[in-house]
Amino acid sequence: MTSWRSVLARIPLHVVIIAFALLWLLPTLGLLVTSFRTPSDIFGSGWWTVLAHPFDFRQYTIQNYIGVIYRQGLGRSFLNSLLISVPATFLSAFVAAFAAFAFAWMEFPGRRALFMLVVALMVVPLQMTFIPILPIYRRLHLSGTFPGIWLAHTAYGLPLTTYLLHSFISNLPKDIFDSASIDGASPLRIFFHIVVPVSVPALASVLIFQFLWIWNDLLVALIYLGATPNVAPVTLTVANLVTNRGQNWELLTAAAFVSAALPLVVFFSLQRYFVRGILAGSIKE
Amino acid sequence: MRTGRWQPWLFVGPALIIIAFFLVYPTVMTIVRSFFGRGQELFGPNVQFVGLANWKYVFTSPTMLLALRNNAFWVVMFTFFTVTFGVLLAVLLDRVRYERIIKSIVFVPAAISYVGASIIWKFVYAYRAEGLPQIGLLNAIVVALGGKPVGWLIERPWINNICLIVVGIWIWTGFCMVIFSAAYKNIPRALLEAARIDGATEWQVFRKVTLPLLGPTIAVVATTMVVQVLKVFDIVFVMTNGAYGTEVIANRMYKEMFNFFNYGRASAIAVVLLFLIVPFMVSNLRRFTQQGVTR
Repeated sequence: MTSWRSVLARIPLHVVIIAFALLWLLPTLGLLVTSFRTPSDIFGSGWWTVLAHPFDFRQYTIQNYIGVIYRQGLGRSFLNSLLISVPATFLSAFVAAFAAFAFAWMEFPGRRALFMLVVALMVVPLQMTFIPILPIYRRLHLSGTFPGIWLAHTAYGLPLTTYLLHSFISNLPKDIFDSASIDGASPLRIFFHIVVPVSVPALASVLIFQFLWIWNDLLVALIYLGATPNVAPVTLTVANLVTNRGQNWELLTAAAFVSAALPLVVFFSLQRYFVRGILAGSIKE
Repeated sequence: MRTGRWQPWLFVGPALIIIAFFLVYPTVMTIVRSFFGRGQELFGPNVQFVGLANWKYVFTSPTMLLALRNNAFWVVMFTFFTVTFGVLLAVLLDRVRYERIIKSIVFVPAAISYVGASIIWKFVYAYRAEGLPQIGLLNAIVVALGGKPVGWLIERPWINNICLIVVGIWIWTGFCMVIFSAAYKNIPRALLEAARIDGATEWQVFRKVTLPLLGPTIAVVATTMVVQVLKVFDIVFVMTNGAYGTEVIANRMYKEMFNFFNYGRASAIAVVLLFLIVPFMVSNLRRFTQQGVTR
């Protein structure tokens, strides 16, 4: 039934959409292509010239990646990023889940006010926290250490993660808690045997959110780990590379791609949970 | 649920202690600190009470006025374009069969770091002297069209700031699109069809039906964008570090802290950031807490 007329009428629609897609795709494509070119190629011609003969594999090299991973310390930083983000992600999700469970289902004085306080602290920009904490961190020898940054990330994520988990956990059916209580299960048992298993979708969203946030963070790392290069995460090492080797595009492009690799894998394999988390935080179901 | 008297505190205790130490205590202390001078330890021997000196600096020094102006520019441009593009994409993509793939493409930047995105765009903006082959996409286009290469990140006052804001828009548009798309798909199709049957053009359907129904979502997303952009730091830190008139509040705060060790000024700047964010967050928070404790 499609007439030529309606096909023609839809051309502007497609043009606009393709224009957006190109605008979002080309910068990243440029980065990817450049990261596989030799320095002399990079400065000799624009990366798009490769598109004339993209399958001529002799023009590509993985030397840039070897360079950043071994000589620029990005391999070590990648490991640091993992050592920072994985424990911090789980720690924050569990501290938040514990609190969310209590706020949703237990009776205690000040429950409502404390919950409001926790959520309201979302307004506090991280900048408000650094100056008083840093001297304490130095004195406790927590700056430049993994536990120090785990705790900081956990704290900074708590208002939002507690809120997200609370809105999920408080909507669980009341019966499951009542019958478990009657059976004599302790709150801790109920938490681990009922709340955690049924909250897996919400926990997955929160974990992915937190993981991406912590992995991609630069500011918190700068403040608490900035003075200690051997614990620096990828974002910090890459940012330093921009400062020190700003014109070495072969290094910068490869480094940027290394720093983005894991988030991209997480994003594409778990996009569903990521989207769910975003929606839970922004529109009322 | 029945619990012992102390049990609830075991569950909320860790969160409350962490929050008290990392968020509540510092917030109070930073406000206090903003009335004291340079130096690091608040009660150290060299730190003096300076009254409103830091506040005078924050609201009168050319550096800070520039940062405040730039943040205002960021707020307007960034919020307008992320929300507009987000709505546009949500509505347009609903009409094509390849919706999913385009959505993924636009959404991807949400997964990577500001640092990574900054490098991606720094390369797009790369500048080389006239005559040399241009390796940045933007200057290559300019030269191909017969123009002279432009130092995009140096050209003040507006071009370089706009170039930085573009990076932010590129990162956050996908986020907006995803939320608007979900809201748009929640609008009953019958409502849109009814308007079309009554003879409304597509534009009229959008203006009179879609947009009002998306209104509350637009308000929430726009507010979220404003809060995000007020805190903008990474993009500026990595791409220009505030040089050539691109300074923003958060980057200035970092400089006062780590380059000049003036914790007093840095505190005052942080408090400004808090005060700017609070009014925008309050509307979102009200909605958050309404959903809060219902039982």
